[in-house]
Amino acid sequence: MKTEQPLEGKILTPTFLICGLIFLISLIFMGKRFIYGLGAVTNMNDGYPWGLWIAFDVVIGTALGCGGYAMALLVYVFNKGEYHSLVRPALMTSLFGYTLAGVAVVLDVGRYWQLYNIFLPWHMNASSVLLEVALCVGAYVAVLWIEFSPTVLTKFGTDNAKAFMNKIMFVFIALGILLPTMHQSSLGTVMVIAGSKLSPLWWTRLLPVLFLISCIFLGYAIVVVESSLTGSRYPIHDESKLLGKISGIMAWLIAIYLVIRFADLGMRGHLDLAFKGDLLGNMFLLENLLLVVPMAVLFVPANRKNPRVMFLCAVSIVLAATVYRFNTYIIGFDPGNGWHYFPSAGEIFISLGIVSLEIMAFLYFIKRLPIYRRS
Amino acid sequence: MKIKRRDFLKGLAGSAVLAMAPPAIAASSEKNRLPDALGILYDSTLCVGCQACMVACKKANNMPMEYSGSQRLWENPVDLSSKTLNVIKEYENGAAKIKDREIDGYAFIKRQCMHCVDPACVSACPATAMTKDPKTGIVSYNKDACIGCRYCAVACPFDIPKFEWDNPFPKIVKCQLCNHLVAKGQIAACASECPTGASIFGPVKDLLIEAERRQTMIPGKYYEFPVAEVSSTTKQVHKVKQYIPYLYGKNDGGGTQTFMMAAVPFNKLGLPTLPDRSYASMAENIQHTLYKGMILPIVVFGGLIFLVKRSEKNKKE
Amino acid sequence: MKDLNFTDPVNEKLKGVSRRDFMKFCGIMAVSMGLPLGAGTQIAQAITNAKRRPPVIWLHGQECTGCTESLLRTSHPSIEHLILDLISLDYHETLNVGAGHQAEAALKKSVEDNAGKFILVVEGSVPVKDGGRYCMIAGRPFGDIVKEVAAKAAAVIAIGSCASWGGWQSSDPNPTGATGIPEFLSGTTVVSIPGCPPNGYNFMSTVAYFLTLKKLPELDALGRPKFAYGRLIHENCERRPHFDAGRFAEQFGDEGHRLGYCLYKLGCKGPMTRNNCSALHYCDVGAWPVNTGRPCFGCSEEGIGFTIPLFTEADIENVTPSSVHPPIQTTRGGGISKGAAALLGGIGGAAIGAGAVAAKRLGDKDKGDNS
Repeated sequence: MKTEQPLEGKILTPTFLICGLIFLISLIFMGKRFIYGLGAVTNMNDGYPWGLWIAFDVVIGTALGCGGYAMALLVYVFNKGEYHSLVRPALMTSLFGYTLAGVAVVLDVGRYWQLYNIFLPWHMNASSVLLEVALCVGAYVAVLWIEFSPTVLTKFGTDNAKAFMNKIMFVFIALGILLPTMHQSSLGTVMVIAGSKLSPLWWTRLLPVLFLISCIFLGYAIVVVESSLTGSRYPIHDESKLLGKISGIMAWLIAIYLVIRFADLGMRGHLDLAFKGDLLGNMFLLENLLLVVPMAVLFVPANRKNPRVMFLCAVSIVLAATVYRFNTYIIGFDPGNGWHYFPSAGEIFISLGIVSLEIMAFLYFIKRLPIYRRS
Repeated sequence: MKIKRRDFLKGLAGSAVLAMAPPAIAASSEKNRLPDALGILYDSTLCVGCQACMVACKKANNMPMEYSGSQRLWENPVDLSSKTLNVIKEYENGAAKIKDREIDGYAFIKRQCMHCVDPACVSACPATAMTKDPKTGIVSYNKDACIGCRYCAVACPFDIPKFEWDNPFPKIVKCQLCNHLVAKGQIAACASECPTGASIFGPVKDLLIEAERRQTMIPGKYYEFPVAEVSSTTKQVHKVKQYIPYLYGKNDGGGTQTFMMAAVPFNKLGLPTLPDRSYASMAENIQHTLYKGMILPIVVFGGLIFLVKRSEKNKKE
Repeated sequence: MKDLNFTDPVNEKLKGVSRRDFMKFCGIMAVSMGLPLGAGTQIAQAITNAKRRPPVIWLHGQECTGCTESLLRTSHPSIEHLILDLISLDYHETLNVGAGHQAEAALKKSVEDNAGKFILVVEGSVPVKDGGRYCMIAGRPFGDIVKEVAAKAAAVIAIGSCASWGGWQSSDPNPTGATGIPEFLSGTTVVSIPGCPPNGYNFMSTVAYFLTLKKLPELDALGRPKFAYGRLIHENCERRPHFDAGRFAEQFGDEGHRLGYCLYKLGCKGPMTRNNCSALHYCDVGAWPVNTGRPCFGCSEEGIGFTIPLFTEADIENVTPSSVHPPIQTTRGGGISKGAAALLGGIGGAAIGAGAVAAKRLGDKDKGDNS
């Protein structure tokens, strides 16, 4: 059995340098945010207290980081050891996604110097969905680093440390499955309280169910995209067989998701809103079309052998889950009284800077740490 | 595919049970009115739009002025904000000639914190910065607990909590029903300064009785209305308009402690149409069903440990 | 003329003031001081019961005598009534019957006889530059006279803006070093009645208050009686509704000006000037600058009158809502900036490009594998 190895190669590639530049520019905007306040950099307002940073960096960022969770679910809960080779890369993306979501939260909260309050029991509000999300995400970031530690220890650590970590690892793997289940569903519950401010196309008490299922198939889609992209550039072991199987699982999950989604919408009697031809209706259709098409394609076994088709389907699914979250957090959200929101350049740049940092870390890690199995 | 259908469904059921549970269990977590709750009854038909309440509010709460446009002539907030806790807005239709008429008429509406019976902001706040007074029911804010996440503003159906966007060390700002005055035995400044009795302050139970009395008045006849306080002996006689037979806030969004009466439909006055059950209680229902005593997560955790152990054993074999 | 009996003959002549007129005057005094109407009786008693009318010494420094002129145009009471029945005006350079050494002797005698009992009124500022040579009276610098007389006065009143804070002579570059009495006599309580000129009734009310209650009226931080200078002109202005509704005269003689709209945009300093002109008009005919169509220029307020250019718009103190109400809905936020649009376009383009390249490579690889 092949083992994971660093891919080696130059670190300072053009991609890396461009990402570095974007990150440096975003630092200027971050500085401005801390000196002059959120209003100076962002377009967030009293109608839209949450903008791009929460919707993209935190909600979508952590959802995109669900590869690790989805793979762990497959390997440990469904007992499919064969997928093990995909766990490490997936875990690494999760690590970045979640860690940087944490960074984004520090940028986004107004009173960041008091952020530790949520970890103080006497400040905790058990009714708050956001508290659950925050604590869970916080814990999960820690768990991810611990889960990932063997990879780092392989390079730097002693044998004793490795052996110890291996012994207790099962606890963290279990936590690594429990915590995302809790907070990814809760990220849906977060918007339940918005009630009348969220369009009925997205507001439902089933938000947690939809968020949970979608984050799982999104996790698989991310694994497919990432393996394909890395595979198209670097000489790694060809995992397309495994990817094909994962694609099949995705198709089934999407089917279940869509049944719940439309049944719920129909039962609440708001299906007509989808076909009104306005922005919200069209966004709803887009979101679901981006799921229906790849689902249909991936149900055909032949397509699950074609890396290009699988890649494109996975991209579509990633987009769909992203659009779904944008819709739920921003586009479908209307506070009334004439409020509007569109992210500012500075806001976008900071998000972009965080993504760039993620890409840089990704490139560094796969080249210097044993993540992928080389062909 | 090596995953058996049975395996797949089993695993799915295990991981999704957390999320599937809430709609099935519809235990009520709705809150009831506090017996000694305080509030305000705002009667749009009595309001003359003098904005004395806005001036009084600024003074009583030491709030900064808010200007719009380049000239700093007037204090003219267009809406509630981190500088304005109380605002009088005007509904206008067509020629806007006759007060309290929906078509070709105009009407005033006062916007301020509704002090919900089951406040979404209190339910939402992760750091317990928003609290509802167990006696008076006044919803107030503690900046020393607040982390500035603004979830309260997302959650509030009335868009009340406002954030200081231009302050590097911002806080949330909202109407606290002049609780510093209430503590001294006084009443909210907006009500005490209202010259016509459009805003009256008092115990919620008395306000409800007063509102009911107004609903039974015959339009066009003259009646006495208390000024400033519901129990006030100072009364004014006004000609009664045709009220919309609905007391906004009695049940809306689970009920509020600020009530609105008007002769123009409330949705025209910018008040949201809300179900009788608070969204906060719906969210809390899901939350408490899943995480009460952390029992469910612990059980699931136990199961997961078993599964992981099993899978590691398999791997070794 | 050793025995300076300046008032008696005239006094006799004016004894004919009717009781009704007198009570009316006292009532008006009470009102303008913000006292209850009943206080008029008290004032009447205080004035009539006085065994001796309180002596007043009135000094003139650098000024135009406008304050005196304004005071002379009061009718209830008339100035004669004031100086003959109510007070004993022992020295006033404009109203003195005598002149020269005679007048100076009267001043000296009154100060000596009434030490600690008389009221000193100063009109005009004190030049402090160059040894005070810019204002000499009877060969002595005005400042020396003020200091000497004030030391023995029961109360000092600075009438007019010049005496209160320097007035127009103190405008930049202030060649004479014109200084107001409160500053010149720092350490002494000086009641200021600023204005150019001040309303005569503000002065008379202050005097009547002092006579009646044997103490000075409540003063603000600048020594001005609060009953007269406690509020902004803007607060009581008859044109205030036009301000609140946003109706302004844009220039002199335009439609808005003729319709009597608010003069704010013509430089009215009412919003930053504390005075009661808008409530208590001048000269008994209800005249004051704003109702003649002339913006207030803040004559009574240091740092505003003779300092801020005439047509410069005032800063608004005590800002209040306009009479225009915000609508139920206001469109806010959501503007898509060019930068944001370009950025998003760039990201979208880059993502699609990268995806296409990756898909192509995957396809090629696929073909390569198959071949």
